[in-house]
Amino acid sequence: MKISILVNEGPYTHQASDSAYQFAKAALEKGHEVFRVFFYNDGVNNGTRLTVPPQDDRNIQKNWSELAEKHKLDLVVCIAAAQRRGILDEGEAKRHGKGEGSANIAPGFRISGLGQLIEMGIESDRLVVFGD
Amino acid sequence: MLHTVNKSPFQTNSLASCLKHAQKGDAILLLEDGVYGALKGTIASGDIWSKRVELRFYVMSADVAARGLQKSQLIEGLNMIDAGGFVDLVVAHKTSQAWL
Repeated sequence: MKISILVNEGPYTHQASDSAYQFAKAALEKGHEVFRVFFYNDGVNNGTRLTVPPQDDRNIQKNWSELAEKHKLDLVVCIAAAQRRGILDEGEAKRHGKGEGSANIAPGFRISGLGQLIEMGIESDRLVVFGD
Repeated sequence: MLHTVNKSPFQTNSLASCLKHAQKGDAILLLEDGVYGALKGTIASGDIWSKRVELRFYVMSADVAARGLQKSQLIEGLNMIDAGGFVDLVVAHKTSQAWL
């Protein structure tokens, strides 16, 4: 079955990012297709490569990036929510004059618009929402 | 329909709202802090107890354990599930509503 996931809460806030990750992993293990994971509002903070959690803690961002690499997942960060919170890719960093090397989007994530959320709702058999 | 509740009933009204709107035969999944709603002997337990026949209740077992709770402290007859069980619930129901 084609499943999409919406994450509305940042990592290390309550538990939504963890629940969403565990759900995505379990769905893939059961042989389902995760069509897309869309990160909205504070959820975009899942997609910064600059997170450095303590070594004995889970690294939520890295977990997402590794899962994306393993299963070719489409991890999409909402552009307006990302810009407000300082999540930039190369193109956006340049466009806003933020200087070289300031792009901080994590591996496996890409920045796009709300159309991607609508599309995944249409294209998927199921849409599951995690948030605050 | 599948309803997910991830906040404690002692913190928000999401469980009460969910139970008011859920239709006969719907599934309710308590996860994260929502598992506090599954405790017996609280002011919130009666709501679940009175709906235990017309609705089906599921509780994320890892979230119960993470809060130091025992199954014996929960309302009888709730189904304990893991992340795989959550996926199965999503697949089994055409729509899901997160009561955030």
